Amino acid sequence: MSAARPPSVLSATRAVLYKELTLERRAPQTLTAMALFCASAFVIFHFALGRNEVEGALAAGVLWVTLALAALLGIGRSFVADREEGGLDGFLLAPAPRTALLVAKATTLLIFLLIIGFFASVIFSVLLLGPTPNASQWASLALLIVLADLGIALVGTLIAGIAIQTRARDLITSILALPLLIPLLIAVTKASEPLLTVGGGTLAWRWLALLGLYDLIFGLLAYALFDYLVED
Amino acid sequence: MASTEPAVVCSGLVRRYGERRALDGIDLTLEQGQTLVVFGPNGAGKTTLLRVLSTLLRPSEGNASLLGSDLRKEGWKVRSQIGFLGHQSLCYGDLTARENLRYHARLHGIGGAAARIEAVLEQTQLSDRGDERVFGYSRGMLQRLAICRAVLHEPQVLLLDEPRSNLDPAAIEQVEPLIGAAVGRTRVIASHDPAGGLAEANLVLGLRNGAATLLAPAEQVSTEQIAELYR
Repeated sequence: MSAARPPSVLSATRAVLYKELTLERRAPQTLTAMALFCASAFVIFHFALGRNEVEGALAAGVLWVTLALAALLGIGRSFVADREEGGLDGFLLAPAPRTALLVAKATTLLIFLLIIGFFASVIFSVLLLGPTPNASQWASLALLIVLADLGIALVGTLIAGIAIQTRARDLITSILALPLLIPLLIAVTKASEPLLTVGGGTLAWRWLALLGLYDLIFGLLAYALFDYLVED
Repeated sequence: MASTEPAVVCSGLVRRYGERRALDGIDLTLEQGQTLVVFGPNGAGKTTLLRVLSTLLRPSEGNASLLGSDLRKEGWKVRSQIGFLGHQSLCYGDLTARENLRYHARLHGIGGAAARIEAVLEQTQLSDRGDERVFGYSRGMLQRLAICRAVLHEPQVLLLDEPRSNLDPAAIEQVEPLIGAAVGRTRVIASHDPAGGLAEANLVLGLRNGAATLLAPAEQVSTEQIAELYR
């Protein structure tokens, strides 16, 4: 064995990310729960709204409220294995940079959210969406999903890092995450609205810029705070 | 890090959980290569002491240093030198033993870890089942795997919380070359076994309600004094 040297952020991130994805591949609980939630929510909206098709602001609202609530499931599961099996202690005992845990957890959540975003968009367009977006609108919607999911992943990992240190973890996740996600949800819903309207529309860049700013602010906040949150 | 530096120094060490003092003014010095065995009834503060020394908990008051580094300010410096064995294995049930050890090796930046992983698995007789997911392991197997994890990076200081619990006599012999006195590492061991603990101790610490009621070289301590802690 060659001498041990503290791993770089990249190396530790890859180790945690590989572990996270392996755990989900072996026991696919989080993705399954999120996907089932989305499908169920769309079916419920379908009957509750008494409509076969929705469009515009209503369509954007239904899509993003469903995705945001599904994201809460993912956020809530983010540190479950680490808490129940002592994995967080295992990480904290190592000389690995704490930032690696933030990056790996946020990346894992982002991957899950992107998969669910794709899945939910397809189900939504089949079950509820009135207008069929053209290729350019789908591309814009995909861009919105990536930006919004990045923000949700950053905020979610930050909140999960706070929640893991408390006894009321499940409550904390919902209570803190939803209010913090309000600006993001307003921006992404407003930006999605013209893309889901009959006759179509184009992406409003100011909402896109707001999403980018949100991601930047919470990325910096998470980077600055995460070490203090996970350590004693 | 000077080699003559004491391995562990605690001075007025206090750790609070809310209002309760889980550690209440602990003072001790442990030289390198020596073994401190900590006795005390449940809730006396043994695990808290180990967690503070491992850097998982910060001291609320007072000082604790390990290999010359102040744990409050420089815990990051010594993490690679600490091998911690707690009540949990710190291994993921849905990963195999080899995957768990590979994961910890990467977090410790161990180069060429494969040979070391095979060596510790072989030593603890887990090689044949090293590719099975850990959730199917017995408690004894989990404890052996946890020991493999704790010593994987060959730390200078071992912090061991009841290291031989759940192990049968054969398994205790298997892990001896990894965590026993012959390894020559500094060890802090929490134990409920007066005779066994005393036999491997250089220094004995008795805790009750977080306070040190006994601190003496092992040769000056009798099993009766230790038993007294539990009454």
